[in-house]
Amino acid sequence: MTQYDITIDGQKVSFTEGQTIMDAALAAGIYIPHLCHHPEFAPHGSCRVCTVTVNGRNTTACNTRAMPDQVVLNNTKELEATRRAIVQMLFVEGNHLCPGCEKTGNCQLQAIGYYVGMLTPHYTHFYPIRAVDASHPDVAIDFNRCILCELCVRASRDADHKNVFALSGRGLKTHLIVNSPTGKLADTNFAVTDKAAQVCPVGAILHKRQAFVIPIGERLYDRQPINLVGDLAQSNPQGATTHG
Amino acid sequence: MSSIDLTTVRPAVQAIVHAYHGKSTHLLQMLWRVQEKYSYIPELAIDSLAGELNLPRAQIAGVAGFYSFFHQQPRGQYDILFSDNIIEQMQGKVELMAYMLKKLGVQCGQPRPDGRVTVDNTSCIGMSDQGPAILINGHTIARLTKSRIDTIVDLINYQVTLAEWPKEFFEVHSNIQRKHILLGGYFEAGSALQVMLKKGADLSLAELGHSGLRGCGGAGFKTESKWLICRNTPADEHIVICNADEGEPGTFKDRILMQRYADLMFEGMTLCGYIINAKKGFLYLRGEYRFLLESLEAVLDRRRKDGLLGDNILDTPGFSFDIEIHLGAGGYICGAEIALIESIEGNRGIPRRRPPPFPVTQGYLGKPTVVNNVETFALATKVMVDGAERFNTLGTAQSKGTKLISISGDCDRPGIYEFPFGITVREVLEACGAQEVQAVQNSGAAGYCISPEEFDRRLCFEDLNTTGSFMIFNRTRDLMDLVRNFANFFVHESCGFCTPCRVGTSLLQQYIEKFVSGNGNAYDLQEMATLSHLIKTTSHCGLGMTAANYVQDTMKKFPQLYQKRFKSGSSLSPSFDLDAALNEARKLTKRTDASAHL
Amino acid sequence: MAKKLRVATASLAGCFGCHMAFLDIDEQLLELLKYIEFDRTPLTDIKHCGPCDIGILEGGLCNAENVHVLQEFRDNCKILIALGACSLNGGVPAMRNNFTLQECLEESYLNAIGAENPHIPDDPEIPLLLNKVHPIYEVVKIDYFLPGCPPSGDAIWAFLSDLLAGKTEIKLPHQLLHYD
Repeated sequence: MTQYDITIDGQKVSFTEGQTIMDAALAAGIYIPHLCHHPEFAPHGSCRVCTVTVNGRNTTACNTRAMPDQVVLNNTKELEATRRAIVQMLFVEGNHLCPGCEKTGNCQLQAIGYYVGMLTPHYTHFYPIRAVDASHPDVAIDFNRCILCELCVRASRDADHKNVFALSGRGLKTHLIVNSPTGKLADTNFAVTDKAAQVCPVGAILHKRQAFVIPIGERLYDRQPINLVGDLAQSNPQGATTHG
Repeated sequence: MSSIDLTTVRPAVQAIVHAYHGKSTHLLQMLWRVQEKYSYIPELAIDSLAGELNLPRAQIAGVAGFYSFFHQQPRGQYDILFSDNIIEQMQGKVELMAYMLKKLGVQCGQPRPDGRVTVDNTSCIGMSDQGPAILINGHTIARLTKSRIDTIVDLINYQVTLAEWPKEFFEVHSNIQRKHILLGGYFEAGSALQVMLKKGADLSLAELGHSGLRGCGGAGFKTESKWLICRNTPADEHIVICNADEGEPGTFKDRILMQRYADLMFEGMTLCGYIINAKKGFLYLRGEYRFLLESLEAVLDRRRKDGLLGDNILDTPGFSFDIEIHLGAGGYICGAEIALIESIEGNRGIPRRRPPPFPVTQGYLGKPTVVNNVETFALATKVMVDGAERFNTLGTAQSKGTKLISISGDCDRPGIYEFPFGITVREVLEACGAQEVQAVQNSGAAGYCISPEEFDRRLCFEDLNTTGSFMIFNRTRDLMDLVRNFANFFVHESCGFCTPCRVGTSLLQQYIEKFVSGNGNAYDLQEMATLSHLIKTTSHCGLGMTAANYVQDTMKKFPQLYQKRFKSGSSLSPSFDLDAALNEARKLTKRTDASAHL
Repeated sequence: MAKKLRVATASLAGCFGCHMAFLDIDEQLLELLKYIEFDRTPLTDIKHCGPCDIGILEGGLCNAENVHVLQEFRDNCKILIALGACSLNGGVPAMRNNFTLQECLEESYLNAIGAENPHIPDDPEIPLLLNKVHPIYEVVKIDYFLPGCPPSGDAIWAFLSDLLAGKTEIKLPHQLLHYD
C-alpha cells in the first residue's frame, strides 16, 4: 500500500490512504488526547478533545482524513488551553466528584485533565440532577458521570449487537437511555462481559464488586500519565473488569 | 387530566405503521400521527413502534426525545406555542403571553390541571412580518392582539374545535413588497419542464451554469456543479431533497414561496430529478409550517393529475419522478443538510457524519443526493423558462440574479423583497421605510449584526452574504434583548452532539444573564470573548461555528452594550445570586432576621 | 531578613483534611515559618482575618457563613488560594446537590431514625444553608488552585515553595497532581 506523509509537530508521520490523523498518530506512537475515540469503533468526533490544528485550521484528529503534506500541530500551548477548556466544560456539565468515584485513577477524563494541566473546572457548575441505576446484578450506571461519548452505544450496537444504549434529549438535556420499557439496565440482556461494559472512559458504567481491587493511588493514571500509557482499554485489554 | 385508553394504542400504532408500509425512514411521520391522536407519544406507543418496526425501543425514544414538537408527557387538548423571536418580543409577545397565561390560569409549559390547554415557547415560526404569532396544535395564528387572545381563551374554555374557529385567525399574509424575476410574471406549471425536455439534460444543465445560480441556503455552492457531481456519481438511485426547514429567526421567504409559488419549487425539484436521474424527491417541510401541508399536498396532486409528476412525465418515456413531503418536528439543526438527511432517514437530527463524502455523492441512505433550498429550486425553474441571460445580467460578478429578503422589525413595510444581488444595506432600509436604525441582524441568529458604519456594504456572496433574514432595530431598542434572545435560541437549538456547542452555548448564556442582571464586568467580558472563540473554532458543525457570532459581533460593534452594564467596584461578582441562594432555607425555617440574607 | 508574609487559612464546607495535609509537610513547616507568619487560622484562634499577603481556603460554600468568611478573605488577602477538591467543585458536600434542600433537611431533621422533637432548626445563630453547594471561585476571584482530596503534603509544599520563590505560573508534576 502506498505510504504518504504528514507532519505532526514537525515530526514526519506516514499514513496509508483512508487513515485519519488519529490513526496515523496512534500508529506512530504520538499521543493526541481523546475521549470519544476508540480504535475499534468508527470515529465519532463528539468530545472535541482531539482538536488539532491542520494547515492553520482547527479540526478533530479522529475524523479528519490524513492527506499528503498536511502540517498538523498537536502539542502547542494554544491547543492545550483549548483542550483544557473542553475538559473543563465536561467537568461542570456533569457531577464529577473524583474523591467519591470508584473509577478514580482509572478515568480517562481525569487523566486528560491531568495531562492538559487542569487545576480547576473554571466554569460555573450545572449540578444536574441525574439518577444512578444499580438494578443490574453485575453493573451499575452512574449517569452523573456520563460524558455522552457514545462508546457504550457504539459497542453495544456494533460489537455486542444488542443495542442496549441510545441517546435521547437534545442540547444540554441530551442523556443516555437504556433499551428497556422500565429504562432499567436489569431489564435488558446486558452482560458484564459485553464489550459495552468495557469501554466507558469515565466512571459511568461500573462493574460491581471491583471498586477497590486496586487501591487508590496505585491505579493506571496514578502511576503514569495518559500520554505514556494510553487508554485504559488498550493498557489492560484482558483485565478491563479489574478496572476498579 | 383525561387519560388515554391504553388498549387502543397498539392497534393504532399498527395502523399507522401499516400506512407508511412499515418503513422506519418514516419514523418522524409515524410519531406525528401518534401525537395527533394522543397529544403526546405514550411509552406504550414507543414499545409498539419498536415491535412493529423491529427497532430498539431506545432508538425510537431517542428520536422522540430529540425533536422539540414531540412530547413524552401529555399536553393540553389545545397545545399553544408562542414564537419567541426577538422581533415578536418587540411586537409585544412577552406581555401577550403573560396575558394569555393569566386568562387561561395556566403555567408556562405545564398542562392545565383539567388537561385542556398548554402554553409554551418555541423558536421563530417564520411570522415575524406579522407577529406576534402562535402555533396551536400545529396551526399558525398570526397578528395576535389582546382581543384576539380574549376570543381564543373563550374558544378554548368552551372547547370549540379548531375547525370552528374564525377562519380569519388562520390567515397568513404574504406581504410581498417587491417582485423581480422570481416573484414577478406569470408561470405556467410544466412550462419549465417542456423547455428542459426540448433542450435535453445536458444543455439544460449548461443553461443553469450559464445563469451563475448559486445555492440560496447560505453556502452558495454553484447549483450546476452540485447537480453535475450528483448526476455523475454512479448509483442505483439518486435523490432530490428540497430543504424547506428555514429556521433562521426572522426568515420567512420560503414560506411565501410555498404559499404562493409552490409550482416553481416542485418544478425545480422535478427538473433536478430529470437531470440527475432521480426518481424520488423529498420536501423537508419544517414542523412550524405544518399549516402549509394540505395546500402543498394539493399542488402535488394537481401536478400528478396534469402529468407533471409520476410516471412518464409530460408523456416522456422513462421520465418518472415523484415528491413526498416529510414534516419536521422542531429542530433548527435540521436546516443543516447532514442533519436534515438524518431526519428524513428517521433518526435524531444530529449532523453525525462529517463530510467528505458530501451528500451529493453519499446522502440519503448513502445515495447521491442533491439538497437545495426552496428558493434555489424555484430560481432554477425560472432560469429554465426565462433563460440564463435574464438572470446573469443582474447582480454582481460572483452573485448573479436576485435574492429574496425577509424584512421584519422596525420599518414601515415589513415583508418579502426581491432585490438584485449587490444592493446595499442602506438601499434595503430605504425601500422598507426604516428610520433611525441602530443595527440590522442579517441572516438570523447565526448571521451578522450590522452597525450603521457598514450600511454601504452590499448584499452578495463577495461582501455581505445573506440567507435572506433581515431584522431591523431602531435606536429605541436595547440590543441586549437581542443578545439574550439569541443566547436562549442557541441553548434551545444546540443538538448536543459536541461538547463546545452543547455546554458552551449554555455557559455563554450564564455570562449574558450576568450582564442583564447588572453583575458583569470586564473579566466576564474577556471570558465571553475566549469562550466565543472556543465555540467557534472547535465545534463539530456550522451551528456551533456560528453560535457565538452574535456575541462576537455585538462585543466588537456595540461594546457599550456591555460596558454600560459593568458592575462597579469589584473584581468579580458571583456567578449566581447569593441572596436568592438562601431562599429555600428561608422558606423552610421561616427566618427573616438580618443574617438570613446575603 | 525580609518581612514575613502574613498568611490566613480557613476551612469552609470542608473536613479540615486539607489543613491536616498542610500539617503533613512536617519539618518543612519550620522552614516555612522562616518566611511566613499566621493571621487567622484554626491554629491561632484569631476570629477575623486582617490584611494578609496570602489566604488559603479549603472547602466549598454550603451556607451563609461560608460566604462571609470567603468575602472577608478576598477583601483582606492579596493572593487567594483554593486548596482541595471541595473548594474547586464542592466535593463530597456537593453530593447533596442531587437533592433539594428541603429533601436534605427533612431527611436529616424530620424523618431521621431516632429524631426527637423533629423540626428543621431555625435558630438565628445557625447559618442558613445555600440551595446548592458551590465552589468558591464561583463567588470571588481565586488566584491559585491546588486540587486533591486532600492535596498531598508534598504537593502543598511544592506549590508553596514555588509561590514563595516568586513564580507566578505554578505547574505541578504528574505525581503531585490529583483530583482525588
